[in-house]
Amino acid sequence: MDTLSDLADGVVNGDESKVSALTAQAIDTEGSAKRILDDGLIRGMTIVGERFKAHEIFLPDVLMAAKAMYVGLGLLRPLLIEENVDSLAKVVVGSVQGDLHDIGKNLVGIMLKGAGFEVIDLGNDVSPSRFVEAAKEHDASVIGLSALLTTTMPVMKSVVDEVRSQGLGDRVKTIVGGAPVSEDFARKIGADAYGFDAANAVDKVKTLVGKN
Amino acid sequence: MDPLAERIDRRDVLLVDGAMGTMLMDSGLEPGQCPESLNLSQPERLKHIAEVYLAAGADILETNTFGASPLKLSPYGLERETEAINLAAVNAVREVAGSRAYVAASCGPSGKLPTPYGDTEPDDIYRSFLRQMQCLVGAGVDAILVETMIDLSEACLAVRAAKEACPEIPVIASLTFDATPRGFYTIMGVSIEQAARELCGVGACAVGSNCGSGIESMVAIAEAFRKCTDLPLIIQSNAGLPDTSGGALVYDETAEYMAAKIPVLLDAGASILGGCCGTTPTHIRAYRATIDAATAVQ
Repeated sequence: MDTLSDLADGVVNGDESKVSALTAQAIDTEGSAKRILDDGLIRGMTIVGERFKAHEIFLPDVLMAAKAMYVGLGLLRPLLIEENVDSLAKVVVGSVQGDLHDIGKNLVGIMLKGAGFEVIDLGNDVSPSRFVEAAKEHDASVIGLSALLTTTMPVMKSVVDEVRSQGLGDRVKTIVGGAPVSEDFARKIGADAYGFDAANAVDKVKTLVGKN
Repeated sequence: MDPLAERIDRRDVLLVDGAMGTMLMDSGLEPGQCPESLNLSQPERLKHIAEVYLAAGADILETNTFGASPLKLSPYGLERETEAINLAAVNAVREVAGSRAYVAASCGPSGKLPTPYGDTEPDDIYRSFLRQMQCLVGAGVDAILVETMIDLSEACLAVRAAKEACPEIPVIASLTFDATPRGFYTIMGVSIEQAARELCGVGACAVGSNCGSGIESMVAIAEAFRKCTDLPLIIQSNAGLPDTSGGALVYDETAEYMAAKIPVLLDAGASILGGCCGTTPTHIRAYRATIDAATAVQ
């Protein structure tokens, strides 16, 4: 197995020390940080996403893989900056105001990072204005909104409305998700997309930014 | 009334109440408000909910303490109120129940995931549960109901904490499963077999499932549990999955539809039955009638 396949394998197995060692080794031998990112770390997280979707692995495995990926990403980041490698796009994510649940949102964040996006995670209980301010400040292309509680779903509409009222609708797209959220709800509140699970959210975000 | 532990052990059919959260919203819980904060501000609402479920025929009334562990209260800044919040919840329900119904303390997840995949030390989660359990036991509940768990290690920490707080207290442990092509698993990857084995190992007196998709799945879950444990089984189904298509939240499984499955659940080996999200006093009343009819035949 070549180093990058081995690296992808280390991510899949959530093996931080292996990912750390192989990323360092690849930096010495591969030359291109972009290639290490795409064919090592992102490839590993893509496999993780597929296996999670197929119920072959579960949340703890995804979280361990993400931790390992972050170790590799930490080592690569200075080189990616040097190579002027841009992320696919910037995505602001958060659980909406009043909602303190973050497992689903964290999972989407992990999968987005694993797919090569830069993720600005605002945490939970995030107000509409904070979402919009963060999107402006970071020049993000997408805002991802999560809610687990039916009582907090109306906040999603406030964020969508805020994006429109500030005239940002053309360059900042919105995607919503979470257990009680549906395609129909997304359409009703005028969100640009709905992700029914973390993997689907990544596909939809790619479509929103034209990278599919 | 015989002690609850005895009745659970001899597989008496026991009816637990229905959903709490939706009832609290109906009585004015604001979006984003800590549901357990009402225990201090408006205990009369808790009494009212308990009265309604008692009148519907519940044998066991649950306390509004699902999120009243200090770890879960801390994002709301209510950690220091842990003792008062748990005590108020038990007192409200006990006042209604008297000796006509049992009081079971609800205990849900801490909201934290244990290391290595999460960021919280298991010992911190254990100590948080222990503090809540000591309040609940001290307030005089008849049982602890550890529920809606997805992480088995966390569920075991909660059961152990309850047993440390009071070795004699009956502890019922209930997990939330998803249907996968390979059978039922929690999102954390816990199988029914593994759950039954480990929860029994830490001293749960009954095991089973709550929340999730709907009562049809619960029949299969009860059957799967029965294959791997002799412990009494608890099943508290949602009234289906929430449908938001009409704008408002609707659970589509009616009281009649769900109650019709009760004999099947009893046949599958469940003896403690109740309702989770979306179930109402109407559901519990229908359960009561079906249970009474089923047990009269026996």
